[in-house]
Order: sequence, then C-alpha cells, then structure tokens
Amino acid sequence: MLKIENLHASTGGKEILKGVNLTVQDGEIHAVMGLNGAGKSTLSNVIVGHPAYEVTQGSITWDGKNLLALSPEERAHEGIFLSFQQPTEIPGVSMVNFMRAALNAKRKYQGLDPMSAGDFLKLMREKRAIVELDSKLASRSVNEGFSGGEKKRNEIFQMAMLEPKLAILDETDSGLDVDALRIVAEGFNRLRRPETSAIVITHYQRLLDYLKPDVVHVLIDGRIVKTAGPELATEIENRGFDWIRNELENKE
Amino acid sequence: MRQYIDFYHEVKETIARRSCDEMNACREAALHTFSSQGFPSQKVERYRYAQVEADFSPNYGIALTPLAAKLPPHCFRIAEAESRVRAIYNKVADKDDSIVALNTMLCVDTLVVHVPRGVRVEHPIQISNILKGEQDTMVCRRILIVMDELAEASVIITDRAASQNHFLTNQVIEVVMGEGSHLSLYDVEETHLLCTRYSSVFVQQGRNSRLHHTCLTLFNGHTRNRLDVMLQGEGSEVTANGCVIADKMQRVDNNTLIDHQVPGCTSGELYKYVLDDNAVGAFAGKVLVRPGAQRTASNETNANLLATRTARMYAQPMLEIYADDVRCSHGSTVGQMDEAALFYMRQRGIDEQEARLLLKAAFITEVIETIPLESLRDRLRVLVDKRLRGELSKCEGCKLCK
Repeated sequence: MLKIENLHASTGGKEILKGVNLTVQDGEIHAVMGLNGAGKSTLSNVIVGHPAYEVTQGSITWDGKNLLALSPEERAHEGIFLSFQQPTEIPGVSMVNFMRAALNAKRKYQGLDPMSAGDFLKLMREKRAIVELDSKLASRSVNEGFSGGEKKRNEIFQMAMLEPKLAILDETDSGLDVDALRIVAEGFNRLRRPETSAIVITHYQRLLDYLKPDVVHVLIDGRIVKTAGPELATEIENRGFDWIRNELENKE
Repeated sequence: MRQYIDFYHEVKETIARRSCDEMNACREAALHTFSSQGFPSQKVERYRYAQVEADFSPNYGIALTPLAAKLPPHCFRIAEAESRVRAIYNKVADKDDSIVALNTMLCVDTLVVHVPRGVRVEHPIQISNILKGEQDTMVCRRILIVMDELAEASVIITDRAASQNHFLTNQVIEVVMGEGSHLSLYDVEETHLLCTRYSSVFVQQGRNSRLHHTCLTLFNGHTRNRLDVMLQGEGSEVTANGCVIADKMQRVDNNTLIDHQVPGCTSGELYKYVLDDNAVGAFAGKVLVRPGAQRTASNETNANLLATRTARMYAQPMLEIYADDVRCSHGSTVGQMDEAALFYMRQRGIDEQEARLLLKAAFITEVIETIPLESLRDRLRVLVDKRLRGELSKCEGCKLCK
C-alpha cells in the first residue's frame, strides 16, 4: 500500500506540490488528471526519488516503509516502477545489457543468484512478445533511435521484465496513435497481477477506457482537489477542468 | 639530457657490436639532433601537453639487449630482413624530433614485419612487449612494418608491465605501405602507474592503400602517443582511432598529424577519452590538406567524458586546408555524465556506481566497435569492463594506488 500524506515538494526553489494526500491500496488503479503544470510529473518523480526534487514536508510510506529514506534504486527493488513521460536515450548501452543489469540488481537485492544467460534471453523474448516490441529494437541501444511510440512500448516491456508492485504511468498515452495505445494498454492489463497497483497520469480519457481505474483524482495547483470514481474521467473528457476550478472558487 | 649523451658515449661500441650497419649509420646524426635540441619544452607545438623533461629526468638503467624471442612468420630481426627493407630504416620517422633521435641513438635492434607482395596474412601478428625487471629501466624499442603491394595484415602491439618498477619506454614505429596494401594496426597499452611511455608512429601510405590504426590506453602512468600519417598515394585511406581510460593521476596525450599530400585521399579520426579522479588528457590532432590535394575527404572527432570536476582535458582539433575542392570537418566535445541517463538506470534498480560504469563503457564502445577484427573487439569489450571495474589495475600492493 502506498500512503502519501501532506506531501510538499519543490524543484529549483519553486514549490510545486502543496500538500498532496493519496492512498493507493494493493490492486487498485488510480488515475491522476490535471492540466500541464499542476504537479502531476512532480508527484511521480518524487515517488521514485528523482534527485532534482526536494521534499520539504510530509511523508510517503510504502508497505509500511519510509519511502523517502530509500535511494532510487532501492525504491525500484521494492517494486516501484516509473514509465517515464520522456524515456531517456542511452547510446552505447544495449537493451540486453541494460535489462540484465536491472534484473540481476533486483535479484541480488532479493538474495537470489543472477539469472543464467539462457533464461534471461528467453524471458526477454516472452515479455517482448506481449507488447509486440520488435526484436530489432531489443538488440539496439536503450531507446536510441526509437520513435515516440516505440519508446513507450519499451517502457511497458521493461515493466514486464521487472514485475513491479506499483507502476506509475506518466503520460504513457502521449505520442501514441490509437493502435499503439491499445497495444500498450492491453499489454499492461495482461502483465498486471491482482496485487499490482498503478498510478496513471494522463490528460485524456482514452487510456483510462482500457485501464479502467478504480479511483480518479484531479490535481490542480499542487493539491488533489477532487476524488471520485471512473465517471469523473468521463466528465472531464466532456467538460474540461474549468468547472472543477469554479467549484473550488465557489467553495472558498 | 646530459645523462643520455654520456651514456651513449660510454656504450656506443657495445651498441654498435650488437646492432647492424643500417642502424649504426644513423646514430651520430641522431646524437647531433638530440644534443643540439635537447628535450622539447611545452613551447614546441607538438609537445604542448607533454612534460618531456620531467618524464626523462630519472636516471634509469637502459636495456641494450637485442631481440631474443622466436619470431613468428613475416617477422624478423632487422639484420635478417631483406636489404631493401633494411634500407627503409629511419627514412620514415621525423629525424628532427629529439625523442625519435634519442631512440635512434640508443636502440639496439629493430623488429621488422615484412609482408611480401600480394600476401594476405590470415592470423593477426601479435607483438607483446612485457616490461619486467629487478630495477627501474628505460627501454628503446623500434619496429619497422613494410607492406609490399597488395599485402594484407593485422598487427596487434600490446604493452604490459609484469613487475612493479618504473619503466620508461621510448618507442618508434615506422610503417611503409605499398600500393593497394591493407594494414590494421592496433596499439594497446595496459601497463601501470609507474610506467611512462613515449610512442612515435610514422606511416607512409602509397596509392589505394588502407590503414586502420587504433590506439588504446587502458592503463598507464604517463603516456604520449604521436601518430603521423603521410598520405602520399592517390586514393589512400586512413582511419585513426583511439580511446583512453584514465583515472588517479594518469596522463595521456595523443598527438596526431594526418597529412593529405595528394588528391583523392580519405581520412577519419575518432578519439574518445573517459577521465576520472585527477586524470589529465590531451588530444591535439592536425589534418593538413596540402596545395593540390583536391577531393580530400576528412573527418576528425574528439569526444571526452569527464567523470569528476578535477579531471582535465585539453582538446585541440586542427584543420589546415590549402586546396579548394575538399570535404573536411572537425570537432571536439567535452561533457559530463548524462544525469538523465543515470537516473533512468537507477529507477530500473541499477545502482549509481554500476550506472556510471555502464555509461563510461558505452562511451568508449563507439571506438571499440570500429575495430574490424572481431576477436579483438570481443576481448577489448571484456578488458574495458574490467578496467572500469578496477580489476585491471596491476598495482596491488603498490603505495600509489592506496
């Protein structure tokens, strides 16, 4: 279970998150929606421990552990995975070496021996097929020369390899055409185990049509201002965010 | 400087007795060059980044032993090479350079690699230099490679040190490539912090000849590599690449000249450095396109990765063009670790140290991947990985490394 309480965070001296409260139970899918600049990506970066973001107040616990005390790699080993909004290209590091290093680091953390080369390549093949990632891409350098859609598909492929307990999908739908979106979303659903939870950050409903969130949150100006069921996403799709903003102002 | 001149006078009869006429004939002129010029200061353009005086000031014992090893096919001691090959000795090297002159004064024997016309040597010729001794030693080493017309070969030269002494190596390699010949020449240094190496390589390329030269400094103390390639025959091609991994207090200076003397030649250079701790690197590469050398195509790239704020890189790519129908480019970059890539890897569970190592290896890989010889490529990938993991350090028990 992920529990975020009164989270304040800043980057470059500017406060972005101003008291976020969010609890995600195992197996739940939460959507976080909001306009650009609301703090959605900051939230995901803070959860995974990006060094450019400073937590000034509040707490994040993960399965009872103080997440903020862990390094980014320890958080990964604890089962937290971020599908990056803009996956980084790493020229010269092959996907195979990258994935092997990641997987074996996790196994080491769990006290397991490194996976044999044969088993590893077999696993790569299996998981690749789920997101229909071309074998040519898997033999290239990490994300180098990948199209926007291929990069997103590669993120889901990595998720498949690492089998996280919490997946954060940061605008995984941006830059995807309808077919790619379906492949990514269906891949995600097939990979998901009952206890896997997810935070899905998006502007649009179309990804949520596939992923079927249990809870939808609206983030405005660094705070979660509205939380409801999946019908909220539909309403936002139809009416935008202004009505929520107006509602807030009227309350104040 | 005096010590070398005195030493020469002391031992010149011994050297002459152990050597051959072609080498002995060059010694007095070399002595003259060396005594009149002395060691080049940093005011001399091609020695701007070297510390020659300091590097040569210790008074080591100087090895005067001729080549004793059993030599593989196509390799000879100079006395046993064909006379036309012997006659090439010291004709290619820069005789006005005092480091070359010092080598010419004191070197006892020359290893000749001679591949006759039309012969394609299947297996790479490997020359292993192993520095080993009870005491600190200076070594003068000389190699002459003669590729006759249409000859093809790969030559791998490795420098290693098997004992914990100071070693000072002064190596001169001369290469003559006949029409249509192909040579892959690899120079791999894996020594230790107590080793200083001056290597000067001079190449003359004939018509349509093709040279692939890769110079790798994986572990060293102080190193200065000079490479001069004279493109003298139309249609000749040279690829001159190099990579450097240096940390602690290591210094590596690569100084190259690609001299386009005739039309229609192609040259490419790629030198990459990864510098950590307090390492100092220098790359000065000049591409000279002489008057009349039309249709020259040339590219020079130098890229450097500095892993710490205290590492230093001096980069000086140079292009001098005296012809108007050419396609030339040159560039140099100095950068730090890609923080976004580091974080991306850490998010996937790869710890920071391993992530840094993967990025460094990836940076160097571009040079390794250009090597045509697959077996060497595989071996070098392993060596680079070991080197970056600190497993290649020969300095176990050495005070400097602790």
